[in-house]
Amino acid sequence: MLLLAEQALNGLQYGMMLFLMAAGLTLVFGVMGLINLAHGSLYMIGAFACAAVAAATGSFWLGMAASLAAAAAAGAVVEMAVIRRLYARDHLDQVLATFALILFFSEGTRWVFGSFPLYLTLPSALSGAVTLPGGLQYPVFRLVIIAVGAAVALGLWLLITRTRLGIRIRAGEADREMIGALGVDIARLYTIVFALGAALAGLAGALVGSIQSVQVGMGEPVLILAFVVIVIGGIGSVKGALVGALLVGMTDTLGKALLPGLLATVMDPSSANTIGSALASMMIYILMAVILIARPQGLYGARA
Amino acid sequence: MRRDMTINLVIFGLLVATAIGAHLMGEGFTVTLATKAAIFGLAGVGLNLALGYGGLVSFGHAAFFGIGGYVTGIFASHAASGQPILTLPFTLAGSNEMLGIWPMAMVAAGLAALVIGALSLRTTGVYFIMVTLAFAQMLFYFAISWPRYGGEDGLSFYVRNTFPGLNTFDPIQYFAICATLLGLALLFTAVVTQSRFGLALQAARQNSQRTVAVGIRPYGIRLTAFVLSGMIVGLAGALYADLNRFVSPAMLSWHMSGEIMVFVILGGVGRLCGPVAGAAIFILLEHLLGGVSDYWQALLGLLLLAIVLFAPGGLIGIVTGSRRHA
Amino acid sequence: MNLKSVLMGGIAALALAVGAAEAEGVKVGMITTLSGGGAGLGVDTRDGFLLALKQAGDAGAAVELVIEDDQQKPDIAVQIADKMIQSDNVDVLTGIVWSNLAMAVVPAAVAQNRFYLSTNAAPSALAGAGCHPKYFSVSYQNDNLHEAAGAYASEAGIGKIFIMAPNYPAGQDSLAGFKRFFKGEVVNEVYTQVGQTDYAAEIAQIRASGADAVFFFLPGGMGIAFMKQYAESGVGLPLVGPAFSFSQDILPAVGDAALGVKNTAQWSKDLDNAANKAFVEGFQAEYGRLPSLYAAQAYDTANLLLSAMAKADVADADAFAGALNAAEFDSVRGKFRFGPNRHPIQDIYIREVVKEGDVLTNRIIGVAMTDRGDAYADQCQN
Repeated sequence: MLLLAEQALNGLQYGMMLFLMAAGLTLVFGVMGLINLAHGSLYMIGAFACAAVAAATGSFWLGMAASLAAAAAAGAVVEMAVIRRLYARDHLDQVLATFALILFFSEGTRWVFGSFPLYLTLPSALSGAVTLPGGLQYPVFRLVIIAVGAAVALGLWLLITRTRLGIRIRAGEADREMIGALGVDIARLYTIVFALGAALAGLAGALVGSIQSVQVGMGEPVLILAFVVIVIGGIGSVKGALVGALLVGMTDTLGKALLPGLLATVMDPSSANTIGSALASMMIYILMAVILIARPQGLYGARA
Repeated sequence: MRRDMTINLVIFGLLVATAIGAHLMGEGFTVTLATKAAIFGLAGVGLNLALGYGGLVSFGHAAFFGIGGYVTGIFASHAASGQPILTLPFTLAGSNEMLGIWPMAMVAAGLAALVIGALSLRTTGVYFIMVTLAFAQMLFYFAISWPRYGGEDGLSFYVRNTFPGLNTFDPIQYFAICATLLGLALLFTAVVTQSRFGLALQAARQNSQRTVAVGIRPYGIRLTAFVLSGMIVGLAGALYADLNRFVSPAMLSWHMSGEIMVFVILGGVGRLCGPVAGAAIFILLEHLLGGVSDYWQALLGLLLLAIVLFAPGGLIGIVTGSRRHA
Repeated sequence: MNLKSVLMGGIAALALAVGAAEAEGVKVGMITTLSGGGAGLGVDTRDGFLLALKQAGDAGAAVELVIEDDQQKPDIAVQIADKMIQSDNVDVLTGIVWSNLAMAVVPAAVAQNRFYLSTNAAPSALAGAGCHPKYFSVSYQNDNLHEAAGAYASEAGIGKIFIMAPNYPAGQDSLAGFKRFFKGEVVNEVYTQVGQTDYAAEIAQIRASGADAVFFFLPGGMGIAFMKQYAESGVGLPLVGPAFSFSQDILPAVGDAALGVKNTAQWSKDLDNAANKAFVEGFQAEYGRLPSLYAAQAYDTANLLLSAMAKADVADADAFAGALNAAEFDSVRGKFRFGPNRHPIQDIYIREVVKEGDVLTNRIIGVAMTDRGDAYADQCQN
């Protein structure tokens, strides 16, 4: 029972981690209608910036600040130099251009930082485990990720519903020519939104990088997962991204934890193990296909 | 129109001339590179049918490429071991004859395309892109963790399959096979896109509602195009497996889907020979830049970026000066 | 003796002399991973190999080396191998890091009469019935380090263990290898996804398993992620694993989470022999970093090749194979010889991760297995 509770918590935590990554992606898509495959590169830039600054200064918190700044700056530069020319193009050109950006950023990072993974670890305040009510030991850091995910969700909700920028973002989603005609500087709005999305990716990279591996190519597996998340949730919807992320996190974690055991009741243990884990790795894609076939516009998407 | 035709002939002619020239100079490896360009070009031609003419942006065509490859690998390895692939419900023996394997590869890829297409075509736009990706990822993870045919290690079959009257192991002869199939696929695409079906497909891309209004149901037409597209890509996968005498889950990965898409866009979407030009240029760049620096992929990225930004009609668009053909 | 036979003898002698003159040079094709996320291992492989050639002076200069990047993609590796065999006409291939790439390249290369000297990957399929007189593994057989971990765990008195590896052939071989020598009880056996980055679900299973220790095989970034998350989880059971997650290339990235972990390897930088000292010092002087296991294996491979070149002509394949098989070179591992399937018979050590000053590294604390060959040697008939 304790195990099941822990696994559910893990699913929640994994979902929040995916949400951090997916939030920026869905925001950029919702406002600008842009498919950004290079979102994973911004995530990688955040992690590398955090690791480099933390190593140089000895402070994780300075590293965190650096990751936000570096990813936002990289996002703004990329938007002004490249992305801006792509809004009017179809999705195909966007896919190719951002695919090219992945190649450039990955090898560029390797050129700057070398071929070996970097060191990034948690400050002592965030490391170790605490005992939760019910006797469950759980790592502090995973709780922090849940909290940061919830804070980002809340912050984005406030930003979109309560601020002037949010009004413009919503207006931009609805009709970009109209708000341009009303005197809003669209180019600046887009740069800000893209930099915001990039900063969220950088934050995710720094947070997740400190419990995973900071290495070239780290953004690609999460990128695919983040796309799965926003597509399930309905593209452009932050609420959808949150629900989608939690669904994917739960499905993946519980699938891995429970499937081999379930299969072992009907077949011999070693093949139940291999088949179970094979099935578990396919689970989220099965989930996505089922949801899209039932609801082609995703859970919270506007009618496509 | 006439200009496009000339360009198509020039591109195909250049590819063949490169291979023959390299063969005469004894540059076996350049022939192999030209063969690879022909095969990837074939895969691009297949994708172009769905993507360029039908407007179906599939990010999962690696699935069909990999299925074609695995069918080849499975038949060849069973032919070598002498054990049948299936005994129930009927006996299916291995084979090392290309002429027998190709139809199998195409049928298998076509069936997969039928299932994936029937489900995915319920969605549109970005959702279609991502749901096709999801199906390809399912097959990718399945291939990695299924031990029967090598899992992540892949499956080697050491000897290229045979073709009557030819020595397939000779690079130039194998190139001839691949180039001929590429030529046939180009011819097929040219005929299909000018047919009633092809025109309906393009009409459905340009304006789906109007197509419905004139009494054509886009779903069936798109599904047909998707299946044909999958079959051609499956054939390309079979040829690629024979080129390497090896198949692995890498053929099913999203990188592969992305690369096939890059060939199409690089050459020019919806242009008959666009994917061939795109594949050839991509392979040439990969080969040349690899010698420049360890970090050549960064240069490749910059070049690709420049092409998208400044040559939106792809390479052929630079020559014809038009954004899009079809 | 008539004129004709004298002439013939003269021509034969001349041919021999020419042959011997050519024998000085050997053309080597190195296929390894130099771009992308796995490039660190390939870079170390290349650098270790080059260091040995450099230290050998003139003998090393007789090796003509062609290096190509396989991008960690098997199809690219096959195409490079075709090029090296068809266009460059190399005598020897080497350098592949990953088992799946080796499976794609090696059988076809040796079938075309090239030697293949493995600097790392040594899958079981090439050690048993699939062995070949021209294929030599200078590193190990893939199962070895896992077997040694099993032997060590038994000896250390671990009764119940939780074992874990990625769900692919090398991972399945790993767990099989571990169980081959582990005498206690395996309480749970878990296969993770290839490339997985979050291990919360597995760590929860470990916590609930009631095991005394954990054995894991998670190469590259997977291992870094697991180690960090495990250290945060407060589970605290001792960890045992093969050297891959504790090799010098990734140890700095794992950080203090790795301290004290026991791992198995056939080499360590503190092995006390002259060849190893020359290697470790030379590597640091040349490249400004500590060498990894992969660099050591590539260094040994180059020295094995040089030793064979000194004794035989590569054009005489049987003699050259014999010279390789004799393995008369100073290995950084101390003693080294080949078994009947041309895989090493060597000692496998148990190491502990320690801190020397600020630098994390490994220290040998004992021998896990002595003169270990492999489980497949008797299936090798070639």
